Amino acid sequence: MSGLCVACRLPLADFVLDTDLTLPGRGVTALFGPSGSGKTTLLRCVAGLARAAGRVQINGECWQDDARRIFLPTHQRALGYVFQEASLFAHLSVRANLEFGLKRIPAAERKVGWDAALALLGIGHLLERGTESLSGGERQRVAIARALLTSPRLLLMDEPLAALDAKRKQEILPYLERLHDELAIPVLYVSHSPDEVARLADHLVLLEQGRVLACGPTRDLLTRLDLPLALDEDAAVRIDATVLSHDDAYHLTCLGFAGGHIQVTRKPLAVGAKAHIKIQARDVSIALAGDNRSSIVNRLPARILGFGDAAHPAQCLVRLEVGGAPLLARITRLSRDQLGLVEGMSVVAQIKSVALLG
Amino acid sequence: MHLSADDWSAIRLTLELASIVTVLLLIIGTPIAWWLARSQSRLRGVVGAIVSLPIVLPPTVLGFYLLVMMGPEGVVGRLTEAIGLGRLPFTFPGLVVASILYSLPFVVQPVQNAFMAMGDRPLEVAATLRASPLRAFFTVALPLARPGFVTAAILGFAHTVGEFGVVLMIGGNIPDKTRVISMQIYNHVEAMEYGQAHGLAALLLGFSFLVLLALYTVGGARSTLGAGR
Repeated sequence: MSGLCVACRLPLADFVLDTDLTLPGRGVTALFGPSGSGKTTLLRCVAGLARAAGRVQINGECWQDDARRIFLPTHQRALGYVFQEASLFAHLSVRANLEFGLKRIPAAERKVGWDAALALLGIGHLLERGTESLSGGERQRVAIARALLTSPRLLLMDEPLAALDAKRKQEILPYLERLHDELAIPVLYVSHSPDEVARLADHLVLLEQGRVLACGPTRDLLTRLDLPLALDEDAAVRIDATVLSHDDAYHLTCLGFAGGHIQVTRKPLAVGAKAHIKIQARDVSIALAGDNRSSIVNRLPARILGFGDAAHPAQCLVRLEVGGAPLLARITRLSRDQLGLVEGMSVVAQIKSVALLG
Repeated sequence: MHLSADDWSAIRLTLELASIVTVLLLIIGTPIAWWLARSQSRLRGVVGAIVSLPIVLPPTVLGFYLLVMMGPEGVVGRLTEAIGLGRLPFTFPGLVVASILYSLPFVVQPVQNAFMAMGDRPLEVAATLRASPLRAFFTVALPLARPGFVTAAILGFAHTVGEFGVVLMIGGNIPDKTRVISMQIYNHVEAMEYGQAHGLAALLLGFSFLVLLALYTVGGARSTLGAGR
């Protein structure tokens, strides 16, 4: 049986962690929720670092099944774990840290090569250094490479960016994206940052007070107006697009997706390459169809699917559909009423800014 | 400063005793320290208190009970006689056993502190990198606790060199067998040989100072006395 099955029940201080999840056996699944919602504990249960009642099955391999009295200790589970704070062994060099797990893996079972891991995380030049001399971002990259070198069947990441400042985060994110694109290892990624989730996750599990609020493809969940995700200041959608052409005269790149074309400032990408873009709700405004003059380049015909509350009572969220692709717009309630926006209406979505996710 | 043959014999015996005791203490004390640092058991407090008793107990009290227990009527004495080891009091092995108990807290506590300061995380990381608990102990816990072990070895050695009361009670004063430096100083003073006593006393004073100097300057052991790393 492929896929991840995580059924856990564990009483915690304030609530009971109680999940019964079946997740895709590939790609990045984010465990998302506010601090103290049980995300990390759930991850620790999967790793066997915490013991909950239930069952953990990873692509057909059983790690825990209380019904059959199976509980593999952590060191017998083929997993990689990246902790929130850098957890490198202080008494070992970077090289020895990387070799610590690798040397316990029989050569026949090594799927992630030494050179590949070093290149993927860009740490080849750090090998002979002591761990004390590394920056926070470098340490976390070494920790990720160390976990990868054990050729895990599942990679568990517990807010690997949380302890880093914004600049270091930007330094690591591209590496995580490469991980996602280049390795076929399923990842469980704990995060409370919608930004990271939108950027990295294919699949999303929303946790609150130890319970699963929702579970599904990231694209769908991010635009669900009934979930707390959309309430966030950074509410956004992620769109998978393809590079169509470059406009040298205006320095623009044209991207195509299910809902049409989007022009962004010129990016060094090959025509035909895949590009993930993020559009934040606050960067989308709504105009009535008909008036075509505006300084905004990206104007797409859209249909209103529904309305939801935004964080501030003056505003509301509008869920739009653009040729099958979902889009969120955050506008004032005043505009909504003045324009007479209602469900099912055809409008023009004006996109002020688009972030390329790499 | 002139040291007699007897003085040299006492010095040699003392170093031999302290070396053997330190090695045995590191072997015995490490599992105890590990258990005290990591166990959730209710017995933890009781065991911790028992291990620490020699810190506050007058050495004569410890020596007295050891004498009784290892004597012909004592539990330990009967056992050692039954398995053909003979009686322990007034022998060098007896002195080793007594010294181990006497110096135990000075070895257990720094190691325990080092294990506690390390926390669970390094062991969890080792487990996620496929290291069994035993392997994690030897490849991660022991190296990370190294400063604690250095402190423990120095303190255990020095404390054994400095013992007097316990030796007096169970070791007696037998030349080449149980007569250690502190006993020899006592003998010199009893015989009014202040010059001779001076030589050995100055030696111990210098040794003690150097030990503490080493602890407070070399290898971060200073904090190990208190916190562990």
